[in-house]
Amino acid sequence: MNQLQNFNKGFIRENPVLVLVLGMCPTLATTSSSLNGLGMGIATTFVLVGSNVVISLLSNLIPDKVRIPTFIVIIASFVTIVDLLMQAYVPDLYEKLGIFIPLIVVNCIVLGRAEAFASKNSVFSSLIDGLGMGLGFTMALGILGAFREILGSGAIFGYKFISGDGILVFILAPGAFIALGYLIALINSLKELKKD
Amino acid sequence: MEYILIIISAIFINNVVLAQYLGICPFLGVSNKVNTALGMTGAVTFVIVLATMVTYLIQTYILNKLGIGFMQTITFILVIASLVQMVEIILKKVSQPLYQALGIFLPLITTNCAVLGVAILVIKKEYNLVEGVVYSASTAIGFGLALVILAGIREQLELADVPKGMKGVPMSLVVAGIMALAFMGFTGIVK
Amino acid sequence: MAKTESTFRNMALALTLIALAASTCLGFVYELTKKPIELSNLNKKLDAIKQVVPEFTNNPNEEMFRLPTGEGDSLEIYPAKKDDVIIGYAINTYTKNGFSGNINLMAGFKPDGTIINISVLQQKETPGLGTKMTEPAFKDQFNEKNPSEFILKVIKDGGPVDAITAATISSRAFCDAVQRAYNTLKKGDLK
Repeated sequence: MNQLQNFNKGFIRENPVLVLVLGMCPTLATTSSSLNGLGMGIATTFVLVGSNVVISLLSNLIPDKVRIPTFIVIIASFVTIVDLLMQAYVPDLYEKLGIFIPLIVVNCIVLGRAEAFASKNSVFSSLIDGLGMGLGFTMALGILGAFREILGSGAIFGYKFISGDGILVFILAPGAFIALGYLIALINSLKELKKD
Repeated sequence: MEYILIIISAIFINNVVLAQYLGICPFLGVSNKVNTALGMTGAVTFVIVLATMVTYLIQTYILNKLGIGFMQTITFILVIASLVQMVEIILKKVSQPLYQALGIFLPLITTNCAVLGVAILVIKKEYNLVEGVVYSASTAIGFGLALVILAGIREQLELADVPKGMKGVPMSLVVAGIMALAFMGFTGIVK
Repeated sequence: MAKTESTFRNMALALTLIALAASTCLGFVYELTKKPIELSNLNKKLDAIKQVVPEFTNNPNEEMFRLPTGEGDSLEIYPAKKDDVIIGYAINTYTKNGFSGNINLMAGFKPDGTIINISVLQQKETPGLGTKMTEPAFKDQFNEKNPSEFILKVIKDGGPVDAITAATISSRAFCDAVQRAYNTLKKGDLK
């Protein structure tokens, strides 16, 4: 496939959150507002691209039996780098995302792409794959975050457009599950419609 | 008394899956049959408690002593990955049927954010070793509770007429949301 | 290029080299970000201090000292002076009783113990509930009150503090932090 298709698959056809149903934890946890969701997505994209590229570069040098631990060390390193950079330069976002920044290392999307794609493809393809998947992830988080923020806080991107509270449940845990459930249901229904 | 609070809080009030958003992937993936749910819970409990103990010791006696706190993520996840590998080997020798039943879900415990999440939380909450073990065990029980309840509900849902678009993951998510809503009622326990 | 064979030597070599490379890179980034992290933490503190004490002419951060809480630890006290006369103390206090973890406050007191203003430094409470502690509607009721007369307990516990609706635990935790700061100040017996 050409690089454009490579990029698009992460965005739509194989969107990690909405189609592959991976990376659920950060998706539900960090989307209480659109900005938090987008921030989480971008941090994850950084890790995804970085680890995809490095793993692709080193893939022939890593003996097969130790590839999982090696991938983990590489991914964990990028996660720590993102963690330190965010702590230094965007401390507010860093505090809001809290424990979910180090948890990027167990985000199934990252290890999944490393194993399924980066270890078997060229560096450039791996970069595009990482970018596509990461931005697809970011987009899904942004949409869910916007949905929850509008309904739950009566705000978007931090700008409140009603006074007082919104439907609070949407910025709490139950709302996260339900909102994501209906979002995926919507996508599934659209896919069914397209088939007919 | 402190311990009772930690236990009740971890299982009901701040349930690891339904309130803290950890361990969702296995929660959605392994919850279609009550039996597999129970097996998964056992394995996760074992790994979580062991991992918390080991990571606590590493944090206190190595990372903190040498001032290399930033190596936390790498060391913790490597500890967890090794423990899961060990559990796999032991399980293969001790109970073949259980090993077969859990199949691919065993190595997936490594990417269960609940395990790494709890290990990090124990450090953040500044628990000591005993509190940490109590907390991690309670978290695992809370995980199991949520998992088994969802599995029970899903077994029933198999017989119901679910709209096409909702089948599978979306339905589980909405059910989980209602469960989370129910569990929020527990916040009133602590006076 | 053929894949490297999984001989013991190769495996050990690969793992060691990767671990070394990773540690080096991380150590480098850690050194790079140490100063900015310290700076942003400092700025947050200074902003909070400015909010809770009247305008000062000294440098509270440089004159920071610690006082014991009586519980085995100590709190940071930032004296605010105007032309060498003490006009207030900003105290970095905490509570472990938050609903979702620790809460950090910067509480400003007049030398006689009256609360000037309180700023929430760090909290992870439930959005829409416990997080309301940062809003004037809850927070401002403490201003101009002296804890020796204005007992820091919520109405449910017999005190005058108007708790946040459905967030009693968070409100209690907030009071606990302020009480800790006041007790430390009084124990210090400052002039």
